[in-house]
Amino acid sequence: AGDGSGPAGSVVAAAGEPPGEPPAPQRVLFPPTFSVSEIKNKQRRHFMFVRWKQQQRKEKLAARKKRRKEREALGDKAPPKAIPKTIENQRVYDETTVDPNDEEVAFDEATDEFAPYFNRQTVPKILITTSDRPRGRTVRFCEQLSTVIPNSHVYYRRGLALKRIIPQCIARDFTDLIVINEDRKIPNGLVLSHLPDGPTAHFRMSSVRLRKEIKRKGKEPTEHVPEVILNNFTTRLGHSVGRMFASLFPHDPQFIGRQVATFHNQRDYIFFRFHRYIFKSEKKVGIQELGPRFTLKLRSLQKGTFDSKFGEYEWIHKRREMDTNRRKFHL
Amino acid sequence: RTKTQNFCRNEYNLTGLCNRSSCPLANSQYATVREEKGRCYLYMKTIERAAFPRRLWERVLLSKNYEKALEEIDENLIYWPRFIRHKCKQRFTKITQYLIRIRKLTLKRQRKLVPLRRKIERQENRREEKALIAAQLDNAIEKELLERLKQDTYGDIYNFPIHAFDKALQQQDAESESESDAEVEEDDDDEDKREFVEADSDLSDFEDMDKLETSSEEEQEEEEEVEKKASHPKSKGKTPLKGPARRKRPYIEIEYEEETEPATKTKAA
Repeated sequence: AGDGSGPAGSVVAAAGEPPGEPPAPQRVLFPPTFSVSEIKNKQRRHFMFVRWKQQQRKEKLAARKKRRKEREALGDKAPPKAIPKTIENQRVYDETTVDPNDEEVAFDEATDEFAPYFNRQTVPKILITTSDRPRGRTVRFCEQLSTVIPNSHVYYRRGLALKRIIPQCIARDFTDLIVINEDRKIPNGLVLSHLPDGPTAHFRMSSVRLRKEIKRKGKEPTEHVPEVILNNFTTRLGHSVGRMFASLFPHDPQFIGRQVATFHNQRDYIFFRFHRYIFKSEKKVGIQELGPRFTLKLRSLQKGTFDSKFGEYEWIHKRREMDTNRRKFHL
Repeated sequence: RTKTQNFCRNEYNLTGLCNRSSCPLANSQYATVREEKGRCYLYMKTIERAAFPRRLWERVLLSKNYEKALEEIDENLIYWPRFIRHKCKQRFTKITQYLIRIRKLTLKRQRKLVPLRRKIERQENRREEKALIAAQLDNAIEKELLERLKQDTYGDIYNFPIHAFDKALQQQDAESESESDAEVEEDDDDEDKREFVEADSDLSDFEDMDKLETSSEEEQEEEEEVEKKASHPKSKGKTPLKGPARRKRPYIEIEYEEETEPATKTKAA
């Protein structure tokens, strides 16, 4: 009696029963003027809503079956299957996307801080360090990282200020500095700084897996110089970050080693993996994961070397502006 | 045993514990030392000013010199109870010590604590998981490696029949496709004949074979060799065709000793 503009009378009777009862008869339909939210009684409203949901599902299933039958009936003349929408498909067009033939970008890249590396004038030499008082996991992660990146050295921090370390590093010919920040015994941040005043990138690091935690891993990475794969770095920002990663590794990979380090960017998350590959045939390759894995998310990019107070930030992640759209990515 | 005591919440308290002797409200004559912005002051309360709450607490700035400040405390609190004097000096000492520590620490590197925001953490973790699933890393890496193989970045390390070879092969195939088909058909017929004939006599067969198929068999042999090397990884659909061809070979070896023997021998091996 309470459901004024409600469905047929049989439904009212059914709603009066406790919801545990067997489902209502099939002939009950929800007329389009009916809205579940108008029922004041919560139990009855919930019951109606569940029934409405079931009916929606049934209709959807019926529609799908019909469509499939039509497609089968048409056979060859059927229209091609629609491409499902993914976030990558629907990505908002970024105006800073790099066009492969862009001259301006090519000119920029020829003259920026990585030019000496790409012209093979400098050999990368990397210093890996942590924040104060690293705990066991971070220390082991640093060691493994240093086996992955050739020509890298791990030094303990012991309370030294970064501002003082940097001139010393430059004096000793280091090209890159990696600082792994630790919190509650796990590494959670990475600062990558190209040394002779190159850009500094600050990342948030997550899901770090050490070698022993990776299933089906192979033997230890050898001393051969690995290849580098950089996937999906499309925008200008992505390009510069990608070049930063590329400049960590020596320019001439040794293919005998069959090792490859991958930086794959997907939706602004950079996944790092280290594999050993083998070509089983011309069309098939097998890969086996060795080495640590982690994911990075860029938080900020500074123009000069690391300076938290006076640095000139080229890009900072601002949550309120940049995270509003699910289909907009910056790397 | 540690005595359990309450803390006093009053900001003018001297010891910090709630006792009858150290409560600023319970005592009409009271003194404390407090610091503000790095400078220490001596606060005093006397009974004469109990009626004027605004002027109740008298404040005296203490000098920065530690000993001088202690003397000043003594001077101001002369004739006051021992307890208050002693506790004031103790409190003053403690305050100066922690001020020194603050000044030392600010010179060193400060650790900046950035609070984690739970909602953001959860959001980012969830998005990372989804991105990982969308990334299909293994497939992407394999595709990239195969691309590099195709584009010859690896040079001569891998001995797969690389595409140039395949293309040449395809050209050859295209040219002699129809011919080879015809030949194959002929071979089949001849094989049938041969099988039948072999049972009867040998030498005549060889001569027949000689006349019939010198050129075609040569070509076919070459193609066979080439195809065999190339199509090892490819489908094995051709081997049944070569089966009867193989059976021919013992006979053919005798025929073509001068010409193609080494090739056939390696093949047989």
